[in-house]
Amino acid sequence: MRDVSVKEIEGVVGEMCMDANYNLGEDVVDAIKKAKEREESPTGRAILEDILRNIEIGKKEKLAICQDTGFAVYFVELGEDVRIVDGHYMDAFIEGTRKGYTDGYLRKSIVSDPVLARVNTKDNTPPIVYTNIVPGDKIKITMCPKGGGAENMAEVRMLTAAHGIEGVKKFVIERVEKSGGNPCPPVVVGVGIGGTFEKCAMLAKMALIRHPLGSHNPDKRFAEVEEELLEKINNLGIGPMGLGGRTTALAVHIETYPCHIATMPVAVNINCHAARHKTRVI
Amino acid sequence: MAEIKLQTPLSDEDIEKLHIGDTIFLSGIIYTARDAAHKRLVDLIKEGKPLPIDIKGGVIYYVGPAPAKPGYAIGPAGPTTSYRMDSYTPILHEQGLKATIGKGNRGAEVVDALKKYKAAYLAATGGVAALIAKSIRKAEIVAYEDLGAEAIRRLEVCDFPCIVANDCYGGDLFQEGVKKYRIT
Repeated sequence: MRDVSVKEIEGVVGEMCMDANYNLGEDVVDAIKKAKEREESPTGRAILEDILRNIEIGKKEKLAICQDTGFAVYFVELGEDVRIVDGHYMDAFIEGTRKGYTDGYLRKSIVSDPVLARVNTKDNTPPIVYTNIVPGDKIKITMCPKGGGAENMAEVRMLTAAHGIEGVKKFVIERVEKSGGNPCPPVVVGVGIGGTFEKCAMLAKMALIRHPLGSHNPDKRFAEVEEELLEKINNLGIGPMGLGGRTTALAVHIETYPCHIATMPVAVNINCHAARHKTRVI
Repeated sequence: MAEIKLQTPLSDEDIEKLHIGDTIFLSGIIYTARDAAHKRLVDLIKEGKPLPIDIKGGVIYYVGPAPAKPGYAIGPAGPTTSYRMDSYTPILHEQGLKATIGKGNRGAEVVDALKKYKAAYLAATGGVAALIAKSIRKAEIVAYEDLGAEAIRRLEVCDFPCIVANDCYGGDLFQEGVKKYRIT
């Protein structure tokens, strides 16, 4: 067993909140640069240019690139040979989030109950933590600040086997088209196929943090669907911020899981061009 | 697609000059408001009570800024998605509001109101919050401080960059732009 202090996790979590919001991954920056070279719309090119300038400012001045610094979502791979000491596991994420969002001048966007009072918790807690127990004695944490505008464009649909892969494609394209400029295109499209109602939503979310951006599903058949969907989505003409252009999506990522003989759930989760996520290993 | 400098407060003549696709550099005073503040403003109008801000000739920017670091007038401050404010917008234009700034397309009720009350919808680029904040010189909370990021702020802006997305002639850049680049 290896002892890991809650205090250590808390410190790392706080740093990740700031790092993810200030420093966009180089893979995303490269994809935006390539998109700018291809973009035919003058308005679209100007928008992509501003996006790149903004990323530079965030890096240089340690500022959040988007004022919507998101819901703090964590994906954790917790080694089964790790023993958490000096406190409770969840508290490390709650306190780390509070500290990161407060000390980092990040926006507090969480309300205490979703419908009735909607009172801001003032420290961006609670976070959302998904933990998987894996072999080993390390803790791998991926922090993903998820903005509200793009999240609002997500959908789960319970398709059936009869819809086939064409039904999946139709649903994904329809969802992106209906979203228009709302999720801040160029977007990243995360698709989850299979599992159950909630599992496919998780797969779609996991698809958004695939690294590097634009890398493909290891199954060649799904890799081809990713390519095809990306082309079709970019042919929609939605363009940067929905004002028309060739760049609607930077990438389409598909994740799959086995499913029940009676079902074929599909989820689409969309990320804005500020496709933020950071990974650290303790 | 012209480049136009605008100074608040805006007049009917200012709005008539604007056409979809024009690049705007806006200077003067604008107010921030999002979902929660809109609900309160519209409730006041419906009750016949005075508003905490003067919206005649005014501009509302849909934004909930991040906190300001020391030495900055405001934190990162990019636009939020506008459709959530659609149901509140026509009544504000009726009261004399001349423009709103946000991201994403507007519903038919807003497009109609822009024609009826001579107003415009301006699109700012989402997710370029640190860059946009450079054009905001001063910010102070003037109403609903309890809403935190959603409080109404009075912003002093200089050459705030945006694009005319919907003009007072019924033009809609979201539809026109997409039509132009769509491959079927």
